[in-house]
Amino acid sequence: MPGAAIEIENLTKDYPYGFLHLKKRRSLEGLTMQVEDGEVFGFLGPNGAGKSTTIKLLVGLIFPEAGTARILGKPISDIEMHRSIGYLPEQPYFYDYLTAAEVLDYFARFHDLSAADRRERVAKMLKKVGLETAGKIQLRKYSKGMLQRVGLAQAILHDPQVVILDEPMSGLDPIGRREVRDIILELKREGRTILFSTHILSDAEMLCDRVGVIVSGKLRGVGAPEEIVGVAAQGMEILFELPKTAANTAAIIAKATKTGDRYRWKVAEGELYAALEELRSSGAKVLSVAQVKPSLEEYFMHLIEAGRAQAAAVEVSGK
Amino acid sequence: MRRAGVVALNTFREAVRDRVLYNLVFFALLMIVSAIFVGEISIGVEEMVIKSLGLSAISVIGLLIAVFIGVGLVSKEMDKRTLYALLAKPVRRWEFLLGKFGGLVLTLAVNTLAMAVGLFAALWYVKQHLESFDAVLLVAIYFILLKLMLVVALALLFSCYSTPLLAILYTTAFYVAGLFVEDMRTFHSATTGEGASALPRILSYLLPNFENFDVMAAAAHGRAIPAALILQNTAYAAVYCAIVLLIAVAVFSKRNLK
Repeated sequence: MPGAAIEIENLTKDYPYGFLHLKKRRSLEGLTMQVEDGEVFGFLGPNGAGKSTTIKLLVGLIFPEAGTARILGKPISDIEMHRSIGYLPEQPYFYDYLTAAEVLDYFARFHDLSAADRRERVAKMLKKVGLETAGKIQLRKYSKGMLQRVGLAQAILHDPQVVILDEPMSGLDPIGRREVRDIILELKREGRTILFSTHILSDAEMLCDRVGVIVSGKLRGVGAPEEIVGVAAQGMEILFELPKTAANTAAIIAKATKTGDRYRWKVAEGELYAALEELRSSGAKVLSVAQVKPSLEEYFMHLIEAGRAQAAAVEVSGK
Repeated sequence: MRRAGVVALNTFREAVRDRVLYNLVFFALLMIVSAIFVGEISIGVEEMVIKSLGLSAISVIGLLIAVFIGVGLVSKEMDKRTLYALLAKPVRRWEFLLGKFGGLVLTLAVNTLAMAVGLFAALWYVKQHLESFDAVLLVAIYFILLKLMLVVALALLFSCYSTPLLAILYTTAFYVAGLFVEDMRTFHSATTGEGASALPRILSYLLPNFENFDVMAAAAHGRAIPAALILQNTAYAAVYCAIVLLIAVAVFSKRNLK
């Protein structure tokens, strides 16, 4: 049975604000979770939820008010731990006076690699992220997507056992997103542990063994993506057309949403067959029936409302 | 320490690619023009004028680089977030700071050395030969470099916890105040109150003493500079830089990078 690659216990972080920084805003509250060895773990949450804060705490860019974390058994304050991790910052930016090959060579030097080894790995990484032809161009001429690729290359350059990616799909076009997904899956096949943050549920569904959902600095749930989505299943959606020959359509149109010539009708799972029967009897042409998966935003709203209801119940019982 | 060296070399490379060394063209032009015209306007003192002008230019250009690049050493890396990927590597924060300091000092050393060569070339052009007492110029240039190291250390410290604009103000204020350290020490003779004379005296020992590094007049006149002063200034610059860098490390090691 695999052990935990990342162990986080009661991690808490405050950010000071206001005049003289005397006030404090809690960004992360008592975060406790584990990422198992060899798994792809998606860290989900809306903007400002605490995802980047957690990641920055793990890589030592900021320091916690309370709590501890260990990566591969080593405390995050141990500099040796950094030999085994790769990190892609959110919206990465690198020295723009360097070329991609130079910036990768620069980072490789901190991992005590020989000149020949550095050359080989830099060439390999540039090829892997699709920048082999742009490797000798200064980064100031790179697009946002190209910088993201350089960021990914520097994160995995030294064969780290644990890869931590902060919004790796951000700023990428569909092809770039696909390539990053392929790289993450390849890293998983190689047995590495990957923790990545995102606010796009489809990315997590495609890649993750497990996801953790964080809202307002608190972990709201951990589990496989299908479990997370299943919590708030929203029924079925029927896509249909109404030919000119269709009869008694007024009641159906009132319940559906029109998009072009087509209609979408959202029904509960238990009412699906009755709805299909109604469409059949009116002469509608059913094009597809699909399960409605909630958006991450809807799931968050579900979590937040559940939290509020719980808080209200506690308040009532306390009176 | 090796990692600090990697950061230092990259800092030097940044300065070169950002065309910081282009100032040498300005210096070269200044020396050429001075060497051609100075003989015509100051018969008999051309050597002294060339030396004074050269040393002043080396000092001013060096100060501009030390202050304006020094204050961006850390704050620029934080603003642009280039530091994030770097600090996730096995590199300690003090190694990063030491590397940034070393990189700019290396830049200034190369720059100063090139300007020194230019100054001696101009001097040779004017006199058609060099004399042994011209070597005093080397001591003056060495003192300028020590002074620049102190300024870089101060700029780096302020760069760790302040905005570049404020860091420029703080560094300049320390530099200017450091030029009047001796006046602060003798301030008590002009006052009667105990408290009024104690504060400037305490400050005079805390502020960097830049007056000791100014031997331009002696160098311009070819007067010898005592070996004791060379040793004293070297030790002073080393100790003061070490203290300032230690404070910078203490500040930066606890800094959250948002």
